Amino acid sequence: MSGMSAMPPAAVAADPVETVATSRAPRQRRRSERSVLASVGLHATLVVATFCALFPIAWVMLSSIKPASEIRRSEIALFASPTLENYRTLLSDTDFPYWFLNSVIVAAFTMAFGIAMSATAGYALSRYNFPGKRGLMWTFLLTQMFPVAILIVPIYTIMANLGLIDTKASLVIAYLTVAVPFCTWMLRGYFDTIPRELDEAASLDGLGPFGIFWRIVLPLARPGIAVTAFYTFLTAWAEVAYAIAFMQSSRNYTLGAGLQQFVPQFSPRWELLTAGAVLVTLPAAIVFFFAQRHLVAGLTAGGTKG
Amino acid sequence: MRKSFDKHWYAWAMVLPTVIVLGVLVFYPLVRGVLQSFTNLNESNQRDEICTKVLGGAETCEPNPDAAQFVGLDNYVDILTGAQGDFWLQFVNTLVWTVACVAFHFGLGLGLAVMLNREFRFRGFYRVALILPWAVPSFVAAFAWRFIFDERFGVINGALRAIGLDPVSWFEQRWTSLFTAIVANVWLGVPFMMVALLGGLQSINGDLYEAAEIDGASSWQRFVNITLPGLRPVSSTVILLGTIWTFNMFPIIFFVTRGQPAGETEILVTGAYRAAFEGIRDYSLAATYGVLILSILVVYASVYRRMLAKQGEVF
Repeated sequence: MSGMSAMPPAAVAADPVETVATSRAPRQRRRSERSVLASVGLHATLVVATFCALFPIAWVMLSSIKPASEIRRSEIALFASPTLENYRTLLSDTDFPYWFLNSVIVAAFTMAFGIAMSATAGYALSRYNFPGKRGLMWTFLLTQMFPVAILIVPIYTIMANLGLIDTKASLVIAYLTVAVPFCTWMLRGYFDTIPRELDEAASLDGLGPFGIFWRIVLPLARPGIAVTAFYTFLTAWAEVAYAIAFMQSSRNYTLGAGLQQFVPQFSPRWELLTAGAVLVTLPAAIVFFFAQRHLVAGLTAGGTKG
Repeated sequence: MRKSFDKHWYAWAMVLPTVIVLGVLVFYPLVRGVLQSFTNLNESNQRDEICTKVLGGAETCEPNPDAAQFVGLDNYVDILTGAQGDFWLQFVNTLVWTVACVAFHFGLGLGLAVMLNREFRFRGFYRVALILPWAVPSFVAAFAWRFIFDERFGVINGALRAIGLDPVSWFEQRWTSLFTAIVANVWLGVPFMMVALLGGLQSINGDLYEAAEIDGASSWQRFVNITLPGLRPVSSTVILLGTIWTFNMFPIIFFVTRGQPAGETEILVTGAYRAAFEGIRDYSLAATYGVLILSILVVYASVYRRMLAKQGEVF
């Protein structure tokens, strides 16, 4: 992130996506002289906020390396005979590896189909005026309001009729309905920031509409595509409601449906849950750090230009 | 028509896959859901016909005498009068939940964004640390907070005990239970608001602040008269989206409070889900809930848009 902060404001303005994404050097406001007291206050507030942000993550990580007997004690201890036993049990004695693999497959397919569909639709919405365009845009926004409650039963019955209940395909399809409208909206905002002159120049060189999309615009939109990839991945990775409703045998569960099995109402096994939580978060966090720079830029570019 | 097709065919071809998916998997189910809300469909009467194998392997099917029937507005009447389910309790919970979460998301997000928009040491570190909760999948965050608030082994009650206070039975009372869920969701949602508003702050023209300073405006006046109006386009979008998302937020309530005590902390979405998939599956009741939730959100979104339009916003 720091690498981007030297970008001059003019260049930033030409590329709104970067504007939002980077912490560019703040303008000189001549009120940077802050009293010592204000400075201490600022840092104190931020330290408290950072503590609140990090504490739950740190606590779960610390707990995951405590033996079960230590977790079930009422005194607080940061470390207590650290061990990787919980991870070993989780990976060898439970169905966790299956859930993890299922989640990877579901998330990968959701990502691939989601990108393909929202990129083409987003491009058409960005570049062409065609009958039905406005209606479509509103439809995409409207689908954001659909509660899972109204769609889940009809989609469940459709899947049951197709014999897809308890399969990964049913989840991929259901997640696409969640992710595609939002990603289309987001990518359209991103395509809008790529100058049309490029399309026109390519068109003069004899490229057809699909050629322009494939050879010119898509390569330029790589950061936008990265955000879409992240969003579709995380939608599938973190979804729970459909996963619990559709998946029925333990080995077919995804992480969202599986992990809750460790913490039934009575005698929860927090030692397994915390270890699982760490393993579930790790891939998401890695993907997140590659995409976060662009994430909100994509959101606001799409949102404010509607 | 022919000409229109020649001119637009590639645009239509590009949106077609998305339109098909949306049509088949969002609008067809939506229509079915609305229709289901006027029936008494549940787990036991969902088959239209009953098929029995006869000798020789053939199958005969006859209409199910107990198939789901059209019941008009009965579901709506039952729900709204409280004859079935706890709509109004869940409605109040949903309102408290949404207003509290969005207010804290926005307030804390704005405060942190304003701070991070200044130049000072370790800014990069604070920024990354404060965004981190965003990377945690929501159900994992829910479990983490449930663990932290756990009545016997949780760190919060442990801390209370350590300083000599009585531990709190968080999940035995409606409001303390809802409080834990709100804390979890606020923790999860602040980074998004913070980053979005930080982006908005950086797009405000710095000259405005200098001019205001020369005119002798105090920092509070600058905040109210420059920062807040400058953030309008971003904040109106994120508040609308944030409200809708929070209203429909499923995993936090589902895993943190689990409705405890005795369903008193369900919000509408989790209530509908439990109606559909727990106990005797009452699909029509869930569908009716869905229609009601969607109507509330559509009304909210259109009122919100009209309010913005009146203030000259073009969203």
